[in-house]
This record gives sequence, C-alpha cells and structure tokens, in this order.
Amino acid sequence: MAYLPNPPSLPMTPTSFQSERVPAGWQHRHLLDLERLTGDEIRLLLDTAALFKEATDHCRRKLTVLTGSTVVNLFFENSTRTRTSFSLAARRLGADVIDFSASTSSLSKGESFIDTARNLEAMGIDAVVVRHSTPGTPHLLAQHLDVGVINAGDGPHEHPTQGLLDIFSIRERLGDLTGVTVGLVGDIAHSRTARSNLWGLLKLGAKVILCGPPTLVSQRWRELGVEVSHDLDAIVPRCDVLNLLRIQFERQNTRPFPSVREYAHLYAMTSDRLTRAKPDLLILAPGPINRGVEMTAEVADCRQSLILDQVTNGLAVRMGVLWLTCGPREPAAARVLVPPVSDARTRG
Amino acid sequence: MTAATGTLLIRGGRVVDPAQCIDRIDDVLVRDGKVAGIGPSTTAADETIDATGLVVSPGLIDMHVHLREPGREEDETIETGTRAALAGGFTSVACIPNTEPPIDTQAAVEFIRQKAARADTCNVFVVGCVSRNREGKELAEIGRLVEAGAVAFSDDGAPVYDAELMRRAFEYCRMFDKPILAHEEVLELSRGGVMHEGLVSLVLGLTGMPAAAEEVMIGRDIALAEVTDGRLHVMHVSTAEGVGLIRAAKARGARVTAEACPHHFTLTDEGLRGFDSNYKMSPPLRTAADVEGIIAGIVDGTIDCIATDHAPHAPEKKMLELDRAPFGILGLETAVGLTVTRLVLPGKIGWPRMIESMSTLPARILGVDRGTLKLGAVADITLIDPAMEWTVDVKSFQSKSVNSPFGGWKLQGRAVATIVAGRVKYRLGRG
Repeated sequence: MAYLPNPPSLPMTPTSFQSERVPAGWQHRHLLDLERLTGDEIRLLLDTAALFKEATDHCRRKLTVLTGSTVVNLFFENSTRTRTSFSLAARRLGADVIDFSASTSSLSKGESFIDTARNLEAMGIDAVVVRHSTPGTPHLLAQHLDVGVINAGDGPHEHPTQGLLDIFSIRERLGDLTGVTVGLVGDIAHSRTARSNLWGLLKLGAKVILCGPPTLVSQRWRELGVEVSHDLDAIVPRCDVLNLLRIQFERQNTRPFPSVREYAHLYAMTSDRLTRAKPDLLILAPGPINRGVEMTAEVADCRQSLILDQVTNGLAVRMGVLWLTCGPREPAAARVLVPPVSDARTRG
Repeated sequence: MTAATGTLLIRGGRVVDPAQCIDRIDDVLVRDGKVAGIGPSTTAADETIDATGLVVSPGLIDMHVHLREPGREEDETIETGTRAALAGGFTSVACIPNTEPPIDTQAAVEFIRQKAARADTCNVFVVGCVSRNREGKELAEIGRLVEAGAVAFSDDGAPVYDAELMRRAFEYCRMFDKPILAHEEVLELSRGGVMHEGLVSLVLGLTGMPAAAEEVMIGRDIALAEVTDGRLHVMHVSTAEGVGLIRAAKARGARVTAEACPHHFTLTDEGLRGFDSNYKMSPPLRTAADVEGIIAGIVDGTIDCIATDHAPHAPEKKMLELDRAPFGILGLETAVGLTVTRLVLPGKIGWPRMIESMSTLPARILGVDRGTLKLGAVADITLIDPAMEWTVDVKSFQSKSVNSPFGGWKLQGRAVATIVAGRVKYRLGRG
C-alpha cells in the first residue's frame, strides 16, 4: 500500500504529537462542511489523518494527545458506524467520550436541541460531534456554543468526515487527485456523502460525474462544473473511481423510480459492467451497502473494492479532525487565527 | 376610532395623493378628523406640523398582516401588532383570519373589532375565513361575516385546496363584491419544503418548494375567477412566471389583483446559506430573476399592491432546526424603508406609484373609505422622510417578535409621523 510522503510544511512527526500544536494552516474552530474549506485546508486535514494513521499503526494503537479532553457524540439520528468510528477515534487519542442519544434525552420532553447542547457545554466538554436529520443544524449549534462542533451528517446536506475518508482512501491509492475522474452513482438528491465528496473532489482538482435517474440527479448540478449523466454504462469506461451511494428510501417523499429491480437494472454496479471499466477502477461505497441494489456481491468483494479501507481510514480521518478541533493551539496565534464568535456566523 | 376635534395643519410637505393625481408641495388642513382641504393655508390651527422635506401621503394600508390574536398572543397581539403598524407608517391593516380559533363567525369578527377599538391605535379591517374553521371543506357564513364588517375572505396560511369550494366561494362572494385573497400553493409539490427549489436548495440539501407549486395554483385560481367572474386577489406573488400569469389574466379583463412583499423584491434564496430561519417563509425567497420579475410587475402595475405578510413568531419558535421553525417574517416596521431603498431610490418607481401601491389600491381592493386625502375623507395621513438613513434594530421594534432578516440593514426612508383620523398616533422619537 502506497503512503503519501509527509508534507514538509507540517511540523508534526508521529513520535512527537505530545508537544505539538494544531498547525497554523488550520484556522477553524469547527468542521461544519467541506463546501467552505479551501483545497489547502482539505489537504491539511488529509495529511493530518495520514500522520495519525501511521502513528497509531493503522489506527490500532492508542495515543494520549487529547487526554483530559471530552468529546460528546450528540446524535439526533440513528447511527452505529459513524458514532462508533468517532468514539473509537476519540479514545485512540486519549479523550473521554460521552454518547448522547436524542431518544433518551429531555428532547422528548420538549427541550430545544440548542438548550440540550448548551447544557452539555456547561458540563465542560471540548467538542460536540453532531448528527441531525435537518441540514444546517451543526451550523446553528456552532453559533450558540463556544466548543468545537463537528458535523457527523446533517440531513442530505453534508457529511464532511465521510467525504474526507472517501477522498483519503482514493488518495492513498492514486496520490494527487488532479485530473482523476470520480463517478458518484445513485441517490445524489438525498446524499450528504455525495455533497461532501463533490466539494472535496472539486477543490482537489478531480473531475466529478454524478450519475443516476433524473429524479435523483438534477441537471442543475452542472452549474457547479460537474458532469451529470443518467447512463451508467456510458460513464463506467471513463471513470478512475466509482463511489456507489445508498438509496435513501427513508428521505424520499415519493419513490423516485418505479421499482428497486428497475433501479438495479439501470444503476447497480455488476461484474458485467466491471468488465467494461478501466482495469484498475477503484470501487467505494459509504455503506451500509444494499447488495444487489447499488452493487452486486462480487463487486463489493472484488479486488478493487476499497470498502474496508474506508472503514479504517474513517478512524484516521476522525482522529485528524478531532485533533484539529480540540488540540492545543499556539495561544498567541489562536487569538489571531481563530476568528471570534463571528466565525460561525459569517461562514454560515 | 375616535376622531380628533379641532384643527391640524401639515405645512409645506410634498403632498402625494394618487387618487386625485396630486403631487405637489402644499399644506394639508385637517378639521375634526377629516381632511378639510389641500392648499396654501393661512388658518391658525390648533396644532401645526412642519412637513418641509417630507412626503405627505394618505395613510398607508397593509392588506396582509397576521396579528395572531386570538390564540397566539405569545407571538403578537392586536395591540402590539397595530403599534408596529403605526411605527411603520401604516394607518390601517387588514388582519388575516388564520388565528386560533379562525375568524369564521360574527362573534370572532366582533372580538377583533373590540380589541382594536380598545387598543386605540390604527384601523383594523377584518378578513374572514373562506371556509368554516379554515378547513377547506364548506363555506364559512360569508354573508354574516360581511354584516359583521369583514372586508375580504381568505384561508391564507393554506390554499383553498378543493377547486370546487374555491369556485363556489368566488361565485358566492360576487353578491357582496368582496375579493378572495388567495394563498397559492399546490401542497403535494411543496411538501416538506423549507425553501425555493433551485441550485441553493440542491447544494444545502434542503427540501425545495418549486416555483411551479405556486404558479400552478395561480393558474387554477385565475381560471376559476374567470369562469365565475369572481374577484381574485393573489397574495404574496413570488415568482416571475406568476407575475406573467397575472399580467396575461389582466390583459384578458379578468378581475384579478395581486400583491408582493418587500422581502420578495429584496432577498433571494441565497439568504438561506446561513441556515437562518429568518429567511424561511412561504412562499419562499426565490431567485434573482424572480426578484426582477416582481419588480417589473410592480413597475407596470401587474402587481397592484405592496403588502408585508407580517408574520410574527416568538423567538423560541423560530430558533429551531430549519424544518421545525415556522414560516414567516415581520414586515410592518421595515416595509417603507425597503420599498424606498429598493424601488424608489434606484428610480424603478416614483413616489406616486409607491403610495398608490401602499394606500390607494389596497383601499380600493378592500373597498374601504381610505387611501385618499380628498376633501372630507377620514384624515389618515402618513408623513415619510424620504432622506432619512437608519439602521434596522429588531430590538427596538414595537412588534412582540423579532423574526426579521433585516436586523442591521441600513435603509433610507422612514415614516416619521402616523396620523389616524386626525390624531397623531405615532411620531418617530416620541413613541
């Protein structure tokens, strides 16, 4: 497996995290979305994740860089994988983790989610990892809390750590993304993963093709400089990477295609379609995957599949994000570089 | 409203009264609550206001205001809402009946009128429900509501969904010559929506409300109004195509009128990028092309009136996730400033057209004896300083709520005095 060389601009080395501080290139208090980050900031996030992956021996070893910090998982929407990944990432860095689930909280007693978060903040925490079914909820929290807010998925809007870990996995194999063609296939309309991938990939110079039925892939996306296709067979031979997104039945008002069978016929990645792809095509899927809908079992398990890499890399990316969000900053620099309260407001 | 006794002289202002085609520097004399004449006055009045540099307008009328009382007094009351109206330069408001309970009985109309009389602020004209309990199933007792003083009918907040009921309402209202004020929305198309469907909603992952949801219903109601010869007033038009439908209907001679809101000719869906619920309203903020379409409609008269859709919501209700926060924003206290800044200063419309759209035509559509400074008319008068620059401070609003996206905006043009039936009910800086 090819590793990226450590970028020279980063002062950190795997053995000296203890004394290190958050690099000056990272000025944000929160990670709310990838749309409003620059390409350099995204590269910094990915490089930081790479360092942590190496320092923790593929995310298996524990560090102590965030010992004494407390991270709260504030999940208003069900999640097992992302929540576990964030918890594990925080523990790998030595932080304490508290899981807070909406169903057991006072939200069911009518308390607003902002009040809930403020209460948690008053208990002296360092970061909130928030998942919510409504777009913009992490942004709203960031306006009302002083602690770092990490978006772990806000409805169909963004899922920045998922986007980062997908891109991390591609970069690990292909290096620089400039000119790489990535097809995002499936339920683009309801996919936060699609949006985070799209912004991250565009900012790193990749070419993005969105593919799916018109009811799930609007032609309007072209205004952002991406290609839109409704014909998977036409785009497969041109792609270096395919990211197969789950159909989010739970977010759809009216079913956007006549049947799952018809959808699979048109858009499932099959071994037959694989034969017409570039031989080194990489297959990603953010999971959970519906075998037989987005792809067949042979594709999920084929040698080009990065699906299990993605899980490991998810830990590395989340360690990187938690470090950048909660890690110690240069006191003087922090005051200059971290925009005050208005940060969240002006950025959204 | 008790009228004043004695005389009031408004001296040296630019008197603009489109109903009489007047636009000149002159004096306005008020006697015993009535307009006693426009012309150079030498009479010694009991009270004199120096209006030099001010526009002297027939009292402004906002024909789309949610006063929230009864039922939602935490958002607004008849008293606070009408105080906000006065502070915004409005001498009259028409209150929309989507209260709890809705205004669908004589007793409910009477309640509003009593409360308004007790508040002793501005005129409150009552809009009654089209359907009983605003359920869209059967007609409310429209005749009895007219007897009680209702000036128009609306199920606003929601469309009259049943096309046959809407048709019957148009037919039935003809005998009273009352308009139906229609909220135009095909609910299936906007279901779950929080903003305009477009590139911004796509990027933000927010459920969109397509322009077609509004346009299809405008088309239906125009067809129904034409087939019945009924009077349709399209509320808060927000799309360029909607304006086009109304323009074509008017050209055919249909009895259709329309209003637009200041936020719809000022803001676009880009405002939602901050996920601020103060940009969430129905119909939603649309695109720059729609803003241009609305402005063109105001300029050429396709859109008769400017109305605010003043929709107060208590802070705890608005400070929620976008999909849980209610639709609507305040309008009364920013309408004059936005209209002057967005339309008059850039030369899109002149003062006569602005006042026609905010006083003359609302009075005509509602059939109320206001909206002019004719000799003997009730002396509802608004004085506007066209040059005053000011910054919107939601904390200083008279309204009980603060849900405005315009906080901190620098505007030009502001009502400095609001006179109702000859009595100065509001003066800027004097409360």
